[in-house]
Amino acid sequence: MSEGKTGAAGRRGDRTGRGSAAPATGAAAIRVRDALSGSAYGPAPESDEWAMEWLQGGERVFGHWIGGLERAGRGALHETRCPADDRLLGTFRYGDRSDVDRAVAAAAAALPVWQALGGHGRARHLYRLSRRLHRHARLFAVLESLDNGKAIRESRDLDVPLAVRHFQHHAGWAELVPGEFPGHEPLGVVGQIIPWNFPLLMLAWKVAPALAAGNAVVLKPAEYTPLTALLFAEIAHESGLPPGVLNVVAGDGGTGAELVRHPGLAGVAFTGSTSVGREIRRATAGRAIHLSLELGGKSPFVVFESADLDAAVEGVVDGVWLNQGEVCCAGSRLLVHESVEERLHEMLRARMERIRVGHPLDKGMDMGAIVAERQVERIRGYLRSAAEDGARVLQPARDLPVNGCFVPPTLCTGAPPASRVVTEEIFGPVLVSQSFRTPAEAVALANDTRYGLAASLWTEDLSLAMEVAPRIRAGTVWINCTNRFDAAAGFGGYRESGFGREGGREGMREYLRPVGGAGEAETGAGTGAVHAGGTVDGVGPRGEEAGEALAGEGGVGPGSSSGSVRFASENGGAIDGGAAEAGGAIDRTAKLWIGGSQRRPDGGYSLALRDAAGAALAEVPRGNRKDVRDAVEAAGRARAGWAASTAYLRSQILYFVAENLAPRAEELAALLSRSAEMERAAARAEVEAALRSLFTFAAWADKNDGRVHATPFRNVTFAMNEAVGTVGIRCGNASPLAGVVGPVAAALAQGNVVVALPSERFPLPAMELVQILETSDIPPGTVNVVSGLHREVLPTLAAHDDVEQLWDFVGDALSADAERLSAGNLKRTWVDREGVVDWRALSRPATEALLAHGAQVKNVWVPYGV
Amino acid sequence: MTVTAPSATGPAHAAATASPRNPGVPFDPARLRRIRVNRAAADQRAATLVRRRSVKGAWQAAWLLRAVALMDLTTLAGDDTPGRVRRLCGKARRPLRPGISRALGLGGERARVAAVCVHHELVAVAREALAGSGIPVAAVSTGFPAGLSPFALRLAEIRESVAAGAGEIDVVITRGLALRGEWEALYDEIAAFREACGEAHLKVILGTGELGTLANVRRAATVAMMAGADFVKTSTGKERVNATLPVGLTLARAIREHRLETGVHVGLKAAGGIGTAKEALAWLILVREELGPRWMEPDLFRFGASSLLADIERQLEHHVTGRYSAFHRHPLG
Repeated sequence: MSEGKTGAAGRRGDRTGRGSAAPATGAAAIRVRDALSGSAYGPAPESDEWAMEWLQGGERVFGHWIGGLERAGRGALHETRCPADDRLLGTFRYGDRSDVDRAVAAAAAALPVWQALGGHGRARHLYRLSRRLHRHARLFAVLESLDNGKAIRESRDLDVPLAVRHFQHHAGWAELVPGEFPGHEPLGVVGQIIPWNFPLLMLAWKVAPALAAGNAVVLKPAEYTPLTALLFAEIAHESGLPPGVLNVVAGDGGTGAELVRHPGLAGVAFTGSTSVGREIRRATAGRAIHLSLELGGKSPFVVFESADLDAAVEGVVDGVWLNQGEVCCAGSRLLVHESVEERLHEMLRARMERIRVGHPLDKGMDMGAIVAERQVERIRGYLRSAAEDGARVLQPARDLPVNGCFVPPTLCTGAPPASRVVTEEIFGPVLVSQSFRTPAEAVALANDTRYGLAASLWTEDLSLAMEVAPRIRAGTVWINCTNRFDAAAGFGGYRESGFGREGGREGMREYLRPVGGAGEAETGAGTGAVHAGGTVDGVGPRGEEAGEALAGEGGVGPGSSSGSVRFASENGGAIDGGAAEAGGAIDRTAKLWIGGSQRRPDGGYSLALRDAAGAALAEVPRGNRKDVRDAVEAAGRARAGWAASTAYLRSQILYFVAENLAPRAEELAALLSRSAEMERAAARAEVEAALRSLFTFAAWADKNDGRVHATPFRNVTFAMNEAVGTVGIRCGNASPLAGVVGPVAAALAQGNVVVALPSERFPLPAMELVQILETSDIPPGTVNVVSGLHREVLPTLAAHDDVEQLWDFVGDALSADAERLSAGNLKRTWVDREGVVDWRALSRPATEALLAHGAQVKNVWVPYGV
Repeated sequence: MTVTAPSATGPAHAAATASPRNPGVPFDPARLRRIRVNRAAADQRAATLVRRRSVKGAWQAAWLLRAVALMDLTTLAGDDTPGRVRRLCGKARRPLRPGISRALGLGGERARVAAVCVHHELVAVAREALAGSGIPVAAVSTGFPAGLSPFALRLAEIRESVAAGAGEIDVVITRGLALRGEWEALYDEIAAFREACGEAHLKVILGTGELGTLANVRRAATVAMMAGADFVKTSTGKERVNATLPVGLTLARAIREHRLETGVHVGLKAAGGIGTAKEALAWLILVREELGPRWMEPDLFRFGASSLLADIERQLEHHVTGRYSAFHRHPLG
């Protein structure tokens, strides 16, 4: 195994040289007459001289960049070739486990140095990276076009400038992180896997925020396109970035799998296909790993009759034919108002004739080559299936280059809705057109997909645009523009397009985590200031699964509970046995709360609750999968209405819950003492905490404002916090009342609907809470409560395709299963393993985490003239 | 679609061989009502268009020769004199230094411009100076540049210029009609101009810098084409804002739509503020991309320019010699 620096320090100066465009000579001038009658544009080649020199004419054998050195590794050798002309560009190795091990170790070793630099120190490094990248802009652009096949115009005008912009923007975040994200810390070592469609740009999107936040990175570029990442690593090394802060291990999916499985990672960020995203979700389940996934899309491109059709046609060109359509957010589904459908199609057909497809290094080409023959075959397969489905497949008459991986711009019309070209991501220059009659139908068609990455709306009617934009389930909505990106605006998906955002303030959160339990209390007083005269001095809440941090709050850990249960002298008719009263209290039956009704469990079984001494306490319904199904369906029916309600209304309702809970505080405290093994003072504190969290989230309901991002275009880019949808909440045993009220309030405040699984061991306070919620104007189905054994109900909830998010405040083996099961619809999951949230004393970072998890950011871009 | 022989070297004036004149169509307000122009998208298209195409080497030289052939060599100053106009006409006949023409391989054929554009008072002088060249004289008319003289005088002005030998008439519209949305009145005005022109070709100057919005530019162009304009032209050259690419884009799209609606080809004239070879190339790219190569002929596209030629000459010399040139090396127009 040879290790050593094979970097290009000696050739550094070369990169600044300009290509040798031959000056016109007399001989060349003779050709003017021929040119007059010949091809109108003629060739306009971009020189590849310096790129080929860096590649040593294609003979260079690349290693991995690990700990500041280029290391050969032992993996199998593979070639990377230019898809336009099959030219050999270089040879590199697929990283194996030992390479990944060493890279992660190098990253871990670099962390202390990197973090000790502080925000300003890291800002200097990121700034330096952005300037270096800028100074070698053309080399990166040419290399990218050679390796990926994309037109030089795009790599030169889009990919590279945006990559520079990301590093510079995040140099700013590095500077500001300490002040802007108090109570947060970097994750640690982050594994990042990027795709082949925008190799350098995706590197920038991933690496810049990770480094800005203080993480160290192991990056795995795509097997088709490793070159710009390797060049970047070389330049980063030359720029003095501390060794090990950025490691690049080249390779294929096998290398990526090794990386994802590595136990040394604290975070994984992936951009790529939804199927691989799902595998990564499963592979990281049960580990304390922050995961962000930016996956596929089938983004709608909606043209209303009030659109500037000429502008919309250019939008299509930039939307689906940019980068040969190899864009995750490509506007590949054209939805057009039936009244202008024919005209738009005619205009599109004419426009397609003018799209030039050819060698990516010709400066006058609109489209270059598809990344690899395999991808060409895939695209052709889709076109065959479209034709078989009866669709009309239109391509321009122009000739393509004879050799190389080229596919012309393509328009499919008349494809049936179930056709694969309509529903699946093609990742090629294929536009599929459908028509609609009304804006409502346009919205329905736009949302009729598993994905939710982006959408483009075309209309000159501002009120129509503003009516439709919030109704589209997508992370980015471009109004009268398309494929606009910027470092200051978060980019990322809804639904199966993944989760997490890249860019902007929202993107920084993907690389930071709240410091568990260390924050200041958010509002009011902490645990100590409880009910008049009371203090927490007794036995705290506990449960089998409660982490030490949680149990520690009350003072006594698990296993010391014997004799701690105190029965209250008064019994207010609560739904436990109430045997203390003479003659016996009137028996009450706890029920599930589904769709606004109290319901018996589908299975007809109850669970007997016993106190610590083993005495019978009460019975609660034993919910099953059908109860969960019904609850999710009820939530689904309530979802749109609640999300559309005003923040003011949601806030009013949360205050009203508090109003209705407060008079029953003593009774609930008694119930907590009796049924949840709590000292009365602690029980009172628990009720008090529940009231406080209602006030906290009622307050936040109309204050978690969106933002207007300062993107460098003439436009408004506004980031809206939107509801995620249906949130499944699994409550822990530590806080049987506040631990239900708190997360439900947090979810409701932001317009989510809830299916809550109360504490398995101490469910009675939650069942009592139902009666309070029921009288508080909460619309039916907005909150649903299903008691039972978590192992029987949680898997159904986690696997349900209409649940968008799962919060788990237990963090046990069942949580890991739930994370695995969530891969089906890629629902967002949040398992609070670190005990960030203490329901008895909500810290500021915990509140922020709840607000952040309860919303997804939609960025809406509205350009304006002049 | 066929590309006609490049007229940079062709002997005939294109207008003579060109597509038929625009007969006009009845006023159709429905076509105006559906006009939508998104300003930001137009700006974006105009800005990126010129980065999507690159014309280099011999092709660039050919395109610049084409630009010369598309040029209305213009002088519209208050101090124009017969001597000044004769010199300009001489330049119009032989726009390039002989050495450059030879080096470009043009042989005996000579590049020449599309027309010479002057005020009415100098039409006769120009006509005499251009005799035998086949280069037509264009006259600005109808109270140029404001277009606010009495309507009858405006019509009379057209007729006098035609009588004096002008083959092309560049009229200005009453911008107020466009700004007030009086489209039918504008239609009537232009239709009257068209009638007064007789056989002379009608170029309608929209004064786009004074129309306020791109949607208004498109509406005005559509009205002009419905009324029978052979060309729609951006500017008088006297407005504060002259020919910009977003305006050119908007006009090109209006022309494209008119062809789809009526089958008639209408020309585009970019005038005012185009002074460099680079800008000329940008306009040619715009025309080729938005309208097609057919519009790169003098019967369908013109530059109204006075200083542009000098810069093109320099660029052509650079192409020939490989050295960057100086203005004083080329004959003054």
